[in-house]
Amino acid sequence: MASHGLKAVGHNVLRKEGIEKVTGAARYLDDLPFPNLLHARTIRSTIPAGEIADIRFNFDTAGFAIVDHRDIPGRNVVALIEDDQPCLAERSIRHVAEPILLLAHEDRERLLSADVQIDYRESTPVYDAESSPTVFKRIAIVKGDIEQGFAAADVIVEGEYRTGHQEQLYIEPNAVVAVPEADGAMTVYGSMQCPYYVHRALVVLLGLPADKVRVIQTETGGGFGGKEEYPSTIAGHAALLARKTGRPVKLVYDRVEDMIATTKRHPSVIRHRTGVTRDGRLTAVDIDAVLDGGAYATLSAVVLSRGIIHASGPYRCDHVRIRGRAAMTNTPPNGAFRGFGAPQTQFAVEVHMERIAETLGLDPVRLRELNALRPGDTTATGQRMGRDCSALRVLREAVKRTGFNRKRKALAGTNRGIGLSLFFHGSGFTGGGEIKLASKASLALTEHGARILVASTEIGQGTRTMHAQIVAEALGWPYDSIEVNAADTAVVPDSGPTVASRTCMIVGRILQRCAEEMRDRLGTLSPREYLRKHGPLVVTKEYERPHEMSWDDNSYQGDAYGSYGWGCDVVEIDVDRDTWEARPVAFSTVHEIGKAIHPLLAAGQIEGGSAQGLGYALLEEVVMRDGRMANASLTNYIIPTTLDTPPLQVTMFENPYKHGPFGAKGVGEMPIDGPAPAVINALRHAGFDVREIPATPERVMAAPRLEGGKAERRKGSKARRLEG
Amino acid sequence: MRFTVNGKSRRLDVHPLKRLLDVLREDCGLSGTKEGCGEGECGACTVLVDGVAVNSCLVPAAHAAGTRVTTIEGLEGRHPLQRAFVEHGGAQCGICTPGMIMAAVALGRKPTREAMRVGLAGNLCRCTGYTAIYRSIQRASGDSKNRGDRKDRGVQKNRTRSSTTIESRRISRKK
Repeated sequence: MASHGLKAVGHNVLRKEGIEKVTGAARYLDDLPFPNLLHARTIRSTIPAGEIADIRFNFDTAGFAIVDHRDIPGRNVVALIEDDQPCLAERSIRHVAEPILLLAHEDRERLLSADVQIDYRESTPVYDAESSPTVFKRIAIVKGDIEQGFAAADVIVEGEYRTGHQEQLYIEPNAVVAVPEADGAMTVYGSMQCPYYVHRALVVLLGLPADKVRVIQTETGGGFGGKEEYPSTIAGHAALLARKTGRPVKLVYDRVEDMIATTKRHPSVIRHRTGVTRDGRLTAVDIDAVLDGGAYATLSAVVLSRGIIHASGPYRCDHVRIRGRAAMTNTPPNGAFRGFGAPQTQFAVEVHMERIAETLGLDPVRLRELNALRPGDTTATGQRMGRDCSALRVLREAVKRTGFNRKRKALAGTNRGIGLSLFFHGSGFTGGGEIKLASKASLALTEHGARILVASTEIGQGTRTMHAQIVAEALGWPYDSIEVNAADTAVVPDSGPTVASRTCMIVGRILQRCAEEMRDRLGTLSPREYLRKHGPLVVTKEYERPHEMSWDDNSYQGDAYGSYGWGCDVVEIDVDRDTWEARPVAFSTVHEIGKAIHPLLAAGQIEGGSAQGLGYALLEEVVMRDGRMANASLTNYIIPTTLDTPPLQVTMFENPYKHGPFGAKGVGEMPIDGPAPAVINALRHAGFDVREIPATPERVMAAPRLEGGKAERRKGSKARRLEG
Repeated sequence: MRFTVNGKSRRLDVHPLKRLLDVLREDCGLSGTKEGCGEGECGACTVLVDGVAVNSCLVPAAHAAGTRVTTIEGLEGRHPLQRAFVEHGGAQCGICTPGMIMAAVALGRKPTREAMRVGLAGNLCRCTGYTAIYRSIQRASGDSKNRGDRKDRGVQKNRTRSSTTIESRRISRKK
């Protein structure tokens, strides 16, 4: 890949912690030794709604530490946005697996055999988000005049689309150790994405001053959003036990507990009503989206925000109305998961676009070409697209590279189908979010180079490596001269959470500015010469919003994101007429990401996110029975294995964003937006009218058949093949 | 029990039903072998027992008595697969990596694509979509003379059958 004179950026340098990861030397939480350690266990509710009536300990409690809500010195909340979720239930129970009591003991066997009996007074649970009387958040986006838009339409197409829960399924379950310090302070080590989220939650829970709480991220075995807010809960639990016992306490979930108790992707019901002219131009886009938030608010308000901003897809239309709400149900709280609302809403809009094309008898590529956003067009929030808008380019490139039109004709009437999806994803926090975060990053001069001080976490995506490349490039120094400090709140400034496709574009940009100032301060001096002459040098910078950006939180109009990445997926699926399994047999994607700082790592994000998206589309079904996940094990909740994953063809384009580091936009989340609608559109091409994911064999079998006798003909064609 | 771990003979006093995974991590101090599920589904705990890849969370200590066990530490950082997994994106978060590499070792030299697909079906990776893992294994069994000097070079798309293409052409400004 051409790097236009860049020495570090754009090259596949060796990842910073790579050697440790392949030799077994990398230390994850459960690998770290702590002297005098107690093991911990969480006692959880077994009912979805009601009150605690009685708690009995049917075991000898000698040697056990037992903590309930009365042991909380500060406020009994998991501090996040709404502060509605207790760290430990007091009386009211809102979901199965709600934490009530904490036990600790030296001996794991005794801990696991301790029998706690809890009696409840049950009340009637709510499982349907659409009819739930409790709404966490409503948001509306209005552009133009929707009635005028419908008046201009020749045809109106309506549809309802549903998506299920999805479990993040990082391979390392949630894990923390809390260590009480001599002066009443608390240190927590753990697997997490956002050390400062945990820090704030502990300050509130423990009632300690900020400087008495220290949070240190340990090597983290995947997050995908699942370790964005949940670690605040488990860290609080371990800290309460550590405070009570005065000893280090380890809390590591097993797989079943991690699946039953922790956050998942919000299920959704999304309705579209679209006005369109006979030749395929969108005149009115009316969308209603309902997210199932689960029992507590967690991040539902911001998931909803990103969801509805992306709900009309990468398309232009003058008259748009998008209404969304996140509602409470008596199921474990849903939360962050890669994509954060956008995979749900873009699933709906991309399947709906396919149906519009079918209704009009138009080619699906042509319909998307007609309506795709171009530079100068505005989104639903009125954001004007700049030169970094690449919707048409990725669409045309994907169609060309896969021979989409030719294959679509060739596969007609067979058991195979081919489908595509066009999508986009905003980088960074939504609206005014980055202003509120006011993230900081620091760069410290060392004898031989510089050390990066950020709270951004390495969770597999390559944060340390990519940040070091940006800094090395801006300083003009070798990549190896840049070190990266651990994400330790006692040492690093608050760079904001490691979420929202912001770690490269937002934090990377702040680091670039730090490096530019360091370069200027050093002038012709070497690091060693500077340190001898002037003493230590630490450069700290804060996020600065590009001056042309504006956002109004009341009207939900303005520049929702600094920039967007653009993607187009093409999937071929094969439907087995005996088992009704739909298998992806070919996958190809074109992504435009501004600048690939490390092409191999960027491609890794796209490959991995695409595979997760294929799982979301076809395999990953959370079965909720009476408010409890009924298939909470890796045996029964299926994520893609090697055998379920087709070869993944990735093409990256670079169309720089002027405020991103070396032009980079975000890349982490976008890849999971596209696979599900492309899979369902491929199923539509094969004759199956599926509108809900995951498209399990049961759903494919039950799906209405499209185009009358076509399915019969296909059946015949397979029969002939078998005979032949 | 007596067994050989990474070439060293060990004698341990452990419960015969203790999981080999725990024996390795707790009694042998080898924390490179990871637990992802504890039910034999994810393969993060894969080790070699007499050369065969097994899920160590499903093997009781008694079954390992008298065998030769190899863990990720036993490769001593010198196996070509280890370097290749760093250089070609086979390791992201790294938690599945030790098990994945041990399962890949068991595939032998120059496995076919199909042998990799089938042979690694018991090892879950949530980060990579497996593509980079295949790439890493193919590179490790291919041009080993180039090991170690690939740093600071761009993707060499002409030299390989990598499925990834990167183009830095500016996108046309035409509407």
